[in-house]
Amino acid sequence: MPDFFEIQNLTAGYGHDFHIRNISFNIPKGSFTGIIGPNGSGKTTLFKSVTCELISKTGSILLHGKDVRKMAFKEKAQNLAIVTQDIETAYIPVQEYVLMGRIPYHHRFQFFETKQDLEIVQNFMELTGIAHLKDKYLNHLSGGEQQLANIAKALAQEPELLLLDEPTSHLDITHQVQVLNLVQRLNEQLGLTVLMVVHDLNLASEYCDQLIMLKNGRIHIKGSPEEVLTYDHIEQVYNTLVVTKVNPVSGRPFVFLVSEKVIRQMKQ
Amino acid sequence: MQKKYLTWGMMIILMLVIALIVVLYSLSTGELRIPLLKIPGILMHGEGGVEYTILHNIRLPRIVFGMAIGGALSLAGVILQGVYRNPLVEPYTLGISGGAAVGVALSIVFGIHLTHLINILPVSGFVGALTTTFLVYVLSLKQGKLLIHKMILTGVMISFIASSFMMFLLATTKAEDLHSIIFWIMGSLDETNSGLIYLSVVVSVVCLIASYLFIQPLNALRLGEEKARHLGINTDVAIKLLFLISSVLTGLCVSVAGIIGFVGLIIPQLVRLIIGNDFRILLIISFITGGAFLVFCDTIARTIISPNELPIGVITGIIGGSVFVVVLTRTKSISKLAG
Repeated sequence: MPDFFEIQNLTAGYGHDFHIRNISFNIPKGSFTGIIGPNGSGKTTLFKSVTCELISKTGSILLHGKDVRKMAFKEKAQNLAIVTQDIETAYIPVQEYVLMGRIPYHHRFQFFETKQDLEIVQNFMELTGIAHLKDKYLNHLSGGEQQLANIAKALAQEPELLLLDEPTSHLDITHQVQVLNLVQRLNEQLGLTVLMVVHDLNLASEYCDQLIMLKNGRIHIKGSPEEVLTYDHIEQVYNTLVVTKVNPVSGRPFVFLVSEKVIRQMKQ
Repeated sequence: MQKKYLTWGMMIILMLVIALIVVLYSLSTGELRIPLLKIPGILMHGEGGVEYTILHNIRLPRIVFGMAIGGALSLAGVILQGVYRNPLVEPYTLGISGGAAVGVALSIVFGIHLTHLINILPVSGFVGALTTTFLVYVLSLKQGKLLIHKMILTGVMISFIASSFMMFLLATTKAEDLHSIIFWIMGSLDETNSGLIYLSVVVSVVCLIASYLFIQPLNALRLGEEKARHLGINTDVAIKLLFLISSVLTGLCVSVAGIIGFVGLIIPQLVRLIIGNDFRILLIISFITGGAFLVFCDTIARTIISPNELPIGVITGIIGGSVFVVVLTRTKSISKLAG
């Protein structure tokens, strides 16, 4: 029985430069995995390799033992759904936008949506809490609502694996938490496997059950948030002094930053 | 959702009715006014009469030709604006018209058109269009992938090169040749060769049908190339084939009718402002509207200073431009045009 999703010895980059080298990890079905690391550590390169936007030089990306890069475009879109961080400017009503998630299931000559498509789309718009916005235009929505619509579209693809690239980077804390709570609910209730690139270490700690920390294109450490988010690792990877404590409510690690001035005063 | 399809159906019927009205207007108008009510009778029974000859041999072919060319230009425009996600792109942006013009000018300057080879001007126009299209295509390839932003820039540059070359040709040409070159550049629906008219109709209808095979790529490309790929679209192949379709359409139009501006730019934008951006309805409505618009403009162009004819580009520019500005100022959200 092959693993659900496995990356073996992946080396990839732009041109002749390799941004990531020999990356190997394994995502169990139903897990919520976060990829963290400083800017330029290869998070986006890794993400783009998985989504096949970037052609990887060596290694393999296997879903149920089958290489994602050898899948047909449609088959890939039926298995992997991708949510990116950018704001959508297209002038499209929300329902029509979410319906686009059904394109991978459409026959080449299919002209109309099926009743089933509409039901699936309605269902996911309700689940993501945007059903009341269905006739609004996407570029009139707030950033948070747009991200919910992005997720609804991804869900309409009925994927096995949901890939998110910094889904909260433009959002305030209310919407950060709203979006990630939704993803967590999907992970728990639908059993959807999630792989997420995330900048904010505390959000990563709070929501992910497995973290992969990158440094200079290699995996520095992977494991549970408690194993990864320690004072040592963060200082080695980010070159920054931090203090880690335990969140009193969730029990997950929490990372505090300390300003230079305070450190100076402490030394004196 | 059912309501949406119903609206689309109504839209198509409405546009067909408008197109029919334009056709009837164009049939009855001209140096010789033929009352509308008499037209069916003349066409059925009046064989041999002057009015029959005018309707059947002159006006009707010209209307059919105008429908095909207007539809083709507008379809090419709507496809290119979709692929490039840029409302300013039109069929001539990629240098096709410049190439065709150089082709035609060269064959006039070197007197090839005088060798009594039939239809040498359309052929040389098509060769010119083909050459520039091929150049733009090859220069925008990188490792087998078509880079669409590079393509627009390359196309615009090739247009400039072509127009400079045209100026050179015009500056060094004999006066009698000048007139035929300029006349060709301004574009006209005055086509007497029925074979070319049939060809235009067949090619534009076949391209319209072919474009409907790319509904899903076109709609997905509204979100950009990367997101279209995420939705399972093979964007590389789709963009190349869509480029091919629009090049065939534009190449055809330019070589048989000269450079008729504005239709491929204004009609797709106007239609998008009114009915939205879903390509399932956009393609067919653009085609019908473009055809009707061009026939209407042509009717005015050939009657307004009768017995002389105005270049059709004068009318398409004035009418198209002003209608568009009016619609634009009355529309609340111009972001419709952004994709």
